[in-house]
Parts: sequence; structure tokens; C-alpha cells
Amino acid sequence: MRALIVDDARTIRMILGKMLRELGFECEEAGDGQEAWETLQKGSEFDIALVDWNMPVMDGFALVQTVRADASYNDMKIMMVTTESEMANVVKAIEAGANEYVMKPFTKDVILEKLKILGID
Amino acid sequence: MTPADFEFLQGLIRDRSAIVLETGKEYLLEARLEPLCRQKEIEDIPTLVRQLKTQARSPLEEAVVEAMTTNETSFFRDQHPFRVLKDNVLPEMMKRRDSLKSIRIWCAAASSGQESYSIGMTVKKDLPALEGWNVKILGTDISKNILERAQSGIYSQLEVNRGLPIPYLMKFFKQDGKTWVINDEVRRLTEFKFMNLIGTWPPLMKQDIIFIRNVLIYFDMETKKKIFERIREVLAPDGYLFLGGSESTFGIDDNFQRVEFDAGACYQLKEDS
Ligand SMILES: C[S@@+](CC[C@H](N)C(=O)[O-])C[C@H]1O[C@@H](n2cnc3c(N)ncnc32)[C@H](O)[C@@H]1O
Ligand SMILES: [Mg+2]
Repeated sequence: MRALIVDDARTIRMILGKMLRELGFECEEAGDGQEAWETLQKGSEFDIALVDWNMPVMDGFALVQTVRADASYNDMKIMMVTTESEMANVVKAIEAGANEYVMKPFTKDVILEKLKILGID
Repeated sequence: MTPADFEFLQGLIRDRSAIVLETGKEYLLEARLEPLCRQKEIEDIPTLVRQLKTQARSPLEEAVVEAMTTNETSFFRDQHPFRVLKDNVLPEMMKRRDSLKSIRIWCAAASSGQESYSIGMTVKKDLPALEGWNVKILGTDISKNILERAQSGIYSQLEVNRGLPIPYLMKFFKQDGKTWVINDEVRRLTEFKFMNLIGTWPPLMKQDIIFIRNVLIYFDMETKKKIFERIREVLAPDGYLFLGGSESTFGIDDNFQRVEFDAGACYQLKEDS
């Protein structure tokens, strides 16, 4: 399994990276939506992208819209992992094509269960 | 804590709840009972033990037992039992109960309600053909505090993050600041009641589906046997039984058989039992 971790906070990328590697994932990281999009366009394939909402340059919501506008990434699941917890924003992200949503702060169990829900565990 | 105090508490807890506290679990007892002492303004555990000795069957005793229960749970715990419920067990029950249009489900260690509400959400979201049916989800537990929480249907952000697929959060919860509240559509299916699995059971209707998950692990063999025996009387002859991930009827009660489905397994009574 391959995961793309997109967050402007290095500590969050580290925490998620550690959790996922322990589960046997191969991970790549990106510090904002733009960087993530470039990584994807270079042809790296991922089973899942974990995406923060608030980031400089291109935010997570814009990344979801960009990715979902391109059918070649249809097989990649997107899971928002963000402090954004207003129901209206949750709905907005899901409608834009995110498959799951985790509100920070999270625990390892939370991530593990969500991966099970998405069928990538 | 003296060995005598530990033994007294161990015996009391086992007697009242069947929860087995092995020797060596003194730390667990202290971790759970010290906060209780502070809350009740009791000086220390030896003082608590002295008070308990003079107050059998008191609210204090109840509080000690409650403090020793492990209430750990989550929405759709382990995911697969709820897939089996959705894909196999409920569709099958709908065929069998088509003339009655009634399905009874019992969560026999309901804790803070996530299991009951997960079943309720499955019914409402995934089995629209059950609309108009009489679906009842009874949740029982030994801890009155935890039942109050279950009844409130109020969950923290961390709790709704854990195991709950996002479409269910969006459909069935209302956000209230940092907490999330289950809606009435699902709550209406549920009922929560006190019940000690090793005490007298209140009269129960035959149940079509029983969840007794992650509670038998705390009990000894003899208690498990007795509980399975009583479950056999309450479970409808064609009903389904769901156990926790590390629990099984195997080697305890051979009147049950394991039934396998794509997503996982549950149990049914053998035909001749
Ligand atoms: C770990 S929780 C399991 C909750 C849920 N069934 C699940 O699988 O997530 C165990 C529950 O069993 C309850 N319990 C323990 N001993 C009991 C007894 N003798 N009778 C009824 N409930 C009991 C505890 O209060 C606790 O809420
Ligand atoms: Mg951020």
C-alpha cells in the first residue's frame, strides 16, 4: 500500500508517516496541495492521500477538487485529516470527492479504523 | 493496599459482576478506586474497604463495581460484524419475519451506546425496506453511569472519529459545539436499561439478534457457560448471536454453531439444540 501525506505541519506528517509505516505502508510527503499535485502528476501512484485542509499555496479542499477533476486518480482514496470540524465543511469536502474525514486531534485507532472503512488495511 | 484488602475487593467485584481481577492487578484496582475515593471524600482504599464491609448492597458498593468495569467501545467496532449484519443477517431476518414485520435486537453489554446506535444507523441507512417495521434495539449494562451516557446520545469529537464512517456522521448526528448528538430517528429505535448479566434477568422477549461483545472476556469459564445457557433461552431459534473478536462459544457451549459470511462470522443455535 502507498500513501501520500499532505500537511504543512512537519510534525503531523511525521506522526501519520510513523503510524502508516508501522502498518506496512510506503509513504511520501508533501507540504501543501501544490506540491502534492506535482507529486501525483509525476506519475507516482497511491492507494490513499491523507490531506490537511489549511495549507499555504494550495489548500486541501482545492487539492481534492483538482484531483477529482482528473479521472486518472479515481482509484485513489482521499481522507481529509484536519482541524476543520464544522459539519458544513465536512459535507463540502465529501461532496467534492473526499472519501473519509478525520477531525484532529486523532489517535492511531482512529486512523486504523478509517483505513478499514475504506478497505485499505 | 494490603493483600487482605485486595482479596476482599477482588471477591466483592467477582461476586457482584463476575469480573475477574487476577492477583497482580492491584495497580488496576488502585488506578480505578483512588479517583472514586477522592470523589466520595473517602480517605484511602483501606478506609473504603472498611466502609464496604459495613454496607453490603449499598450505592457505595455499586460505585466500586462500576468503577471496575471497562467501558471501552466504539462505533461499528471491528467493522465486520456490522457488515455481516447489513449484508446477511438483517436481510435474512427480513425474509423470516416478513409476516410479523418485527425484529428485536439486544446489546447485552451496551456501554456508552455506540453499538446500539451503529445498529440503528445500519437499519435506517442501509435497509430502507425496514421502513414501517417494528425494530427494537435494547441496550443493557451493569453500569448506570454509562447507560446514562448511552441514553444521552452525546459524543465527543474523538468518539465520532473512531470507527464511524463519515456518511453516517453526516446523516445521523447534529453538531453542538465540540460534541455530536445522535438524531431522534435513530434514538427512537433504542432503549437502555440496567441489567446485570449474572443477576436476575428481567423478563425478555425472544430476541432475533443478540450482540454480547467484549464482555465475556472478563468472566471465568463457569460464568460464560451460564450466560450462554441463558442466552439460548432468550435467542429466537433462528436468531443470530454476535461475539467480540476474541470471544467464541467453542469449547464452552456446543449448542451453538459458527456461521461464516463474506465479511465475518457469527453464531446460531444448532437445529437440534
Ligand atoms: C468493553 S465494554 C463492551 C461494549 C460493547 N459491547 C463493545 O463491544 O464495544 C464492556 C461492558 O460490559 C459491562 N459489564 C461488565 N460486567 C457486566 C455484567 N456483569 N453485567 C452487565 N454488563 C456488564 C461494562 O459495564 C461495560 O460497559
Ligand atoms: Mg495545516
